[in-house]
Amino acid sequence: MSQSAAIADARYTAARERPPAGVTGPWAWARRNLFGSWLSTAVTLLLGYLILRILISFVSWAFLNAIWTVPYNAQGVADTGACQLAKGVGACWAIVTDKYRLILFGRYPYQEQWRPAICVALFIMLYVVSAMRSFWRKELALIWIATLVVIGVLMWGGVFGLQMVTEDFWGGLPLTLILATFGLAFGFPLGVLVALGRRSTSMPAVKVICVIYVELIRGVPLIAVLFMASVMFPLFMPEGVNIDKLLRAQIAVILFSGAYLAEVVRGGLQALPKGQAEAADALGLSYWKKTGFIILPQALRLVIPPLVNTFIGFFKDTSLVLIVGLFDLLAMGKVALTDPPWQSFSTEVYLMLAVIYIAFCLAMSKYSRGLERELSRAHRR
Amino acid sequence: MAGTVADPRLIGSRAAPKKHLRLSWSDPLFRAIVWQVVIVGIVVAIAWYLIGNTNRNLASRHIATGFAFLNRVAGIPIGESMISYNPSADTYGRALIIGILNTLQVAVIGIVLATILGTLIGIGRLSNNFLLAKLTAFYVETLRDIPLLLQLFFWYAILQTLPPPKAALHIGQVVFLTNRGLRFEVLIWHPADTWVLVAFIIGIFGVIAWHRTARRRQEATGRRPRTWPMALASLIAFPAVVGFAMGAPLDLEAPELHGFNFQGGGSVSPEFFALLLGLVVYTAAYIAEIVRSGIQAVPLGQWEAAGALGLRRSTVMRQVVLPQALRVIVPPMTSQYLNLTKNSSLAIAIGFQDVVSIANTTMNQTGQAIEGIAYIMAVYLTISLSISLFMNWYNARIALVER
Repeated sequence: MSQSAAIADARYTAARERPPAGVTGPWAWARRNLFGSWLSTAVTLLLGYLILRILISFVSWAFLNAIWTVPYNAQGVADTGACQLAKGVGACWAIVTDKYRLILFGRYPYQEQWRPAICVALFIMLYVVSAMRSFWRKELALIWIATLVVIGVLMWGGVFGLQMVTEDFWGGLPLTLILATFGLAFGFPLGVLVALGRRSTSMPAVKVICVIYVELIRGVPLIAVLFMASVMFPLFMPEGVNIDKLLRAQIAVILFSGAYLAEVVRGGLQALPKGQAEAADALGLSYWKKTGFIILPQALRLVIPPLVNTFIGFFKDTSLVLIVGLFDLLAMGKVALTDPPWQSFSTEVYLMLAVIYIAFCLAMSKYSRGLERELSRAHRR
Repeated sequence: MAGTVADPRLIGSRAAPKKHLRLSWSDPLFRAIVWQVVIVGIVVAIAWYLIGNTNRNLASRHIATGFAFLNRVAGIPIGESMISYNPSADTYGRALIIGILNTLQVAVIGIVLATILGTLIGIGRLSNNFLLAKLTAFYVETLRDIPLLLQLFFWYAILQTLPPPKAALHIGQVVFLTNRGLRFEVLIWHPADTWVLVAFIIGIFGVIAWHRTARRRQEATGRRPRTWPMALASLIAFPAVVGFAMGAPLDLEAPELHGFNFQGGGSVSPEFFALLLGLVVYTAAYIAEIVRSGIQAVPLGQWEAAGALGLRRSTVMRQVVLPQALRVIVPPMTSQYLNLTKNSSLAIAIGFQDVVSIANTTMNQTGQAIEGIAYIMAVYLTISLSISLFMNWYNARIALVER
């Protein structure tokens, strides 16, 4: 009796010293995560087979059998015969190497395309600086204004010996970034004001105006707002005054983003405990001091993750301007595909565009997630 | 002492201050009124200015406002519509109604399919299976970051590279996929089939009734009678017997190749197919995240407690976890449904004729810009409002009933 207990005890201690085989190690991991049950095993085998097959055919299509350059004839027209032959077997990346400047910079004069290239770099720098928390100060607004002015000078030119380039020739990635960034830079303050107006208790008339604006814009698709801007703005203006296409679309994007950002900011305002506003009132702060120093800094901090998600949405939504005839990144991809020798290689171009969009959006969402974790850590403390 | 003798000033201030307007800048009420008058005045002035300009512009362009154009013959060729339409005889009004029907069609089918696909992917992300979880995560992360318009172009281009009808991809002789769209076999509707449908509907009610009885019996005796044989009988056997008795023939109309295209059968145009595919695949990525976060929001203790009660895993999911997860899921799901409906307006980019597309053609042909925009806005606001109202009703129904 006691002997068997001792044996059992010894087994118990021995078992405790070393984890039993099959609990750790890659084989155990696979058993737990890949072959946990009959169903799981079946799913693993099926998916594994499919993934392998797709991966192999993708690699051989995109890399092994891909054609990177094609010869040009005497007139400079690409001879895509090799690509046509390889169609379905290998990708024709030659269209990307041939057209990337057109897709990225649109119909901007070829010699001057270093200017939009610098603008793209400036935009990215602006985003990176804005993302760093050590820069979250008043000076950031100045940095934004200065950078946007420099970008405007570079794009338009006409001063400092730069050749003048009108908006009609802008296109590609810079146009996408301009629409997204200016939409944000003006839409955000607009959204904050509208959110404050909508939360106002003492000014019912202002509240009604804000509610109508937000609900009207949020109830219709962006295309409807863009159409409104493109067909109704010309009617709104006095005779002889003509706003150009880009500005019209930009105003539409600002109006649209303002309404959506207003709802996000309103969420932050609502989540803030009432005591904060009451305490500020008790200190005798004026409305704007209370809002600027007490309410907004806290409310905006609460809504940073949804704000970034909204930004991601707008960045993608700027592609809709192609419907009203602007040449953003996506529209330039379509333009590149109208060139007769290249017409049938849309997949390659769309993949390249997708990679660009994913790069921007993924950077934003990764950043947002990291920030969320950081802020919630401070919250949990 | 000070504690016993109340300060008369304090007593006075305890009563609610009487509100009477003072014409002074230090009075908040007065300030609020002034500000509102100023802001409303600015808004009205801007509106007045814009309307004035618009009227002048319309007059100088000789455009008559109003909806009289709705009765004129449209002459817009429309590829697909659920109601009969003849471009050379029917009016703009009818064309615009077709736009609404097409939008609703794509939105309703899209919402149903996106919900199913999104739920499956969302559950897949929570799977214990490493491959499945990673693959669904990859799906969600990638597709959410590509603009919908780009995805639509991609699908449309893919559909156009499909083989022509002569070399159609097909599943048996039932479904044909070609660069002219999807063709499939349909049932030729006989009057007797209507009775089969009626029998099926009766069967549904029968199943509901039996389900109730089963629950009552379970509550009384603790033992639940089997429900599936009854369901099988009333949903399949009963309509089959009715069909046999009425002599309903099971005639299928298969698409047949005539010349360069198929004739007969049901068909889906490549535009509609690409739009639906794009909307479903894109929105499912968002719905998957909503479903995942909803299920994760249910504490693990709920699973464990239900398991301790001896409930089966599927029962736990249906009876314990899902009802709680739905409360978290429904509000964001509503906005995804609204997004899908609004995103269906991208149809114009690939040539499917929805509300925006037909309104745009109408505006180009008639010059009635204001009416066209008003029509688009009215349609979408109505749809948005209806979906919000329905989902709010549903949300209230499943909300936690507290004391």
